[in-house]
Amino acid sequence: MTAESSRKIWPLPGGVYVEANKAPSLRAPVTSPPLPHQLVIALTQPASISPILCAAEGDYVLKGQVLAHGSSDAGINIHASTSGTIIRITPHAVPNTSGEHELCVILQPDREERWTRMAPVENFTECSSELLYARIKDAGIRGLGGAAFPTHAKLVGATNIHTLVLNISECEPFISCDEALVHKYLNEVITGTQILLHASGATRCLIGIEDSKPAAIRALRAALSDPRIELVVVPALYPSGAERQLIYSLTGVEITADTLPVEKGFLCHNPGTALAVMRAVIHGEPMISRVTTVTGAALAAPANYEVLFGTPINELLQLCGVDNENLSRLIIGGSLMGTQITSAEVPVLASTNCILATTHEELPAPLPEQPCIRCGFCVPACPVLLQPQVLYWDSRQLALTDATSHHLADCIECGACAYVCPSHIPLVQYFRAAKAEIRIEAEQVHIADSSRQRFEFHQARVHAEKVQQELRRAERAALMKPAPEQPLEVNSAQATIAAALARVKAKKLEQALSASNNTKTDEGETKR
Amino acid sequence: MSNGTLTSSPHDHQRVKISHLMQQVLLACVPGLTALVFFFGWGTLINLVWLVPSALALESAAVWLRKRAVRIHLQDYSAVVTAVLLALALPPTLPWWLSLLGITIAIVIAKHLFGGLGNNPFNPAMTGYAVLLLLFPDYMTRWLEPAGSGQTLPGLMDSLNFFLGREPDAGFDAFTGATMLDSFREQHGANLFTEFWNTSPLSGQWSARGWEWVNAGFLMGGIFLLYKRIISWHIPVSLLAALTLFALVFHDSGSSQSLGSPLLHLFAGGTMLGAFFIATDPVTAATSRRGQLVYGAFIGAIIFAMRSWSSYPDGVAFAVLCGNAAVPLIDAFTRPRTFGRAP
Amino acid sequence: MNLPLINIPFTLFALLLLAIALTASHRVAQNYLRRTNKPDVDAIDALLPQTQCGQCGHPGCRPYAEAIANGSEINKCPPGGARTIDALAQLLRVQPLPLDPSHGVEATRKVAVIREAECIGCTKCIAACPVDAILGSAKHMHTVIARECTGCDLCVEPCPVDCIDMVEAQTLAQSWHWQRPEASRHIGEAHKIIVCQGALR
Repeated sequence: MTAESSRKIWPLPGGVYVEANKAPSLRAPVTSPPLPHQLVIALTQPASISPILCAAEGDYVLKGQVLAHGSSDAGINIHASTSGTIIRITPHAVPNTSGEHELCVILQPDREERWTRMAPVENFTECSSELLYARIKDAGIRGLGGAAFPTHAKLVGATNIHTLVLNISECEPFISCDEALVHKYLNEVITGTQILLHASGATRCLIGIEDSKPAAIRALRAALSDPRIELVVVPALYPSGAERQLIYSLTGVEITADTLPVEKGFLCHNPGTALAVMRAVIHGEPMISRVTTVTGAALAAPANYEVLFGTPINELLQLCGVDNENLSRLIIGGSLMGTQITSAEVPVLASTNCILATTHEELPAPLPEQPCIRCGFCVPACPVLLQPQVLYWDSRQLALTDATSHHLADCIECGACAYVCPSHIPLVQYFRAAKAEIRIEAEQVHIADSSRQRFEFHQARVHAEKVQQELRRAERAALMKPAPEQPLEVNSAQATIAAALARVKAKKLEQALSASNNTKTDEGETKR
Repeated sequence: MSNGTLTSSPHDHQRVKISHLMQQVLLACVPGLTALVFFFGWGTLINLVWLVPSALALESAAVWLRKRAVRIHLQDYSAVVTAVLLALALPPTLPWWLSLLGITIAIVIAKHLFGGLGNNPFNPAMTGYAVLLLLFPDYMTRWLEPAGSGQTLPGLMDSLNFFLGREPDAGFDAFTGATMLDSFREQHGANLFTEFWNTSPLSGQWSARGWEWVNAGFLMGGIFLLYKRIISWHIPVSLLAALTLFALVFHDSGSSQSLGSPLLHLFAGGTMLGAFFIATDPVTAATSRRGQLVYGAFIGAIIFAMRSWSSYPDGVAFAVLCGNAAVPLIDAFTRPRTFGRAP
Repeated sequence: MNLPLINIPFTLFALLLLAIALTASHRVAQNYLRRTNKPDVDAIDALLPQTQCGQCGHPGCRPYAEAIANGSEINKCPPGGARTIDALAQLLRVQPLPLDPSHGVEATRKVAVIREAECIGCTKCIAACPVDAILGSAKHMHTVIARECTGCDLCVEPCPVDCIDMVEAQTLAQSWHWQRPEASRHIGEAHKIIVCQGALR
């Protein structure tokens, strides 16, 4: 029998009550949309890693075949979502605010769905963690909560994991993909959770779910039989589903923004990730699809779809009966943390948890910004106990040192402060801008420091070359000069002095050089 | 898609505006204002009717000179609130030019010269009040005796005469008189507290006649604001608690050295107006909850000290300004703990 | 009160004198302190962008830092621009000045690119590069390590075949970031999303 949630719940510091708006998309069960005309598979990799292609334009690829992998171990394998021919490999618009393009593979499906799978694992309890990690990496699994962080990178190197947290909290308005997924794939998610428990070595799993999802709670209660897995119901309050906030609600452990939960022994996963892990291990299928919510008042039939990566958002919106007249904004994600996009001709990525096609009536345009009156409404809303009104002044004036000392870096950009602000100040935007400025400043300092080092090294080298040249010249002069007019002793004495001076110079230079070399290696080590 | 701006998240917003907040504050002033008019005649209402349009005109002019959008700034109602609070604080006998000077100091100097709403370190209404008190002490202490204390209450015509700066037919002295706090100060040390209390015509049922109801009105309004969550309890509660504590300590069992009973202090002068409407002005108050407790207690203590040991009968305005001046220091020492970090 | 009106101009005059005297003494004290409390050259050097371009008229950033410590103006560094001037002003407690245009104008960061087909392998640019950001050897093609190039421009002049271009430093996808609202209010062009049939244009 599952341990029932008699567990103490730590109330979230801060948070706001927001209307959930999830019912429209939950009316129908999860279905798969028809195969799109073309798939635009983004080869997006984590920061500072570039994709390395494994296929070329014109190639025929099977469903599940690797298209690209990362340039380092932390990279992600990208697989073909269906079988077909690669038409082009080109930068293409992806759902982001900046509108910058990413390298994408454009695939023409042949509609035959010919698979290539990895070998299925019969009994995962007999596999070692390393083997399971390797499978998770091969399957290209990344977190489906929104950040699309590679799952294997989360696992590797994490020792002493004691608690696995399955995050079904899903606190953000409009998003219902996790709830819908749990309804459809309940047993698969539990199996995936057991695989993650086994692979990570955690002794228990806490499933965090908001009390606003009674049907899912009932279903989970009925299906859970593993004594290691405990269902914990948390109050519905935005942002209870943020990773660190959920861990706090469940266990009372506070984790700051600069600490990873795995460092404290927590591994936090989304049910979609658990499902993908189960498919990768038990069926040998890589991650090529996700459940995505397509919702908003501009749609006639909001729904949750199990979508292949690369499906153009355009086609999904068509499928749901989009009303072009009333469509005011397209948002990837929910209404509080989503990203506004300007074009629907972008593909679904692993991070696309929700497509929100909204109208002016549903989400009115922001009102003009008014002065901050320091009313302090934002303070009880902040889930990380910051003082947004203080950070606002810092960010507005780009007083970066003050912003840092007021812990701007701890801001999770949940938007609760801006949601309640009676002056309609886009606080999150101010905070993002200030964070970017801080990052740029740090980068510039870093660039300047390395330039200075190279410059100093360059100067020392030039100097050393000059000295050595002089030394050689002096030596040559001393050897070759017959010196008929002057007494020999004086001449040789002069030469000796010159040679000695040169030696001293050369020695000094050598020291300087080795010193600068040393600092260079030191610096390199600390960086590492 | 018609609107052309890309917005950062969040894309949804609680439908609350500053103007809603300010309107609630104005609504909460009604009971106190009613009591003021009932006990002290039309003067306060005339002040109010005069000051609100003046404040709006001054605000428009200042905003226009600062090259900002006039319409947006008038919509926040902050100038109206400043005007109303100043009108409630000023004596009902002031001539028009004096109250105009007060509101000019409040809006132009205390607010816009410091950068407008949100940037002013000192409460505008109280700055206006304090400057008038320093410049024109005789006008500013010319209060009326409340209805029921023996003096006649000025009628509408008399109040208008006051407002126009003309002496009423019956002369100033027919109406004006010391306030309770005034007369208590003057007799301090001469009589037992109870003796004074029983003989003074200014004594009411539990505090100063008239003032007790004015304060009760503002207390009601304050509770309304608390209920509506427009203000938090921290500042008023700590202010009133500090005032009560000092009054208890120095009440001295009602001896001739008594500085007044706690009830007298809580319900006399501008205590409740100050505690719920003025000290809670978020722009000029401390930010953190802990800081607000310190800030409120600081103001409460200064109110008591000014009433007891300074030459002014009431000290709410000066106390609030002192509190405003202390805010940066209080904020620096009461920074709250961030999630996951040591305090 | 019985104040003779004649006192008013006298009072104003006295105040004026006082103001002049105080301003002058403030200037003197500031100059004195600046000369006696020489700021740390390392601290100044740390704020300079280290392009080593010499646009300030000094052979490198450190010499300029030394010059600033000895009283040179802080507005001679075009690569650092307003950001560097502000930082220096804060460090030295002086008023920030606008960039002196005689030393150049503030521009986006550039990097040198060698048109490799035209390079004759003369190594002149390698010798000119102050930060060793050019790779190559005699009679072999050279190339610029873009990540290490400071955009100082010093390699362009010595090249005998003029095959070095200064181009805008490439911005990465991750380099886009939100601006403060007042700066970005109107950058978004009016647009209309039409969800149309078919996947791609």
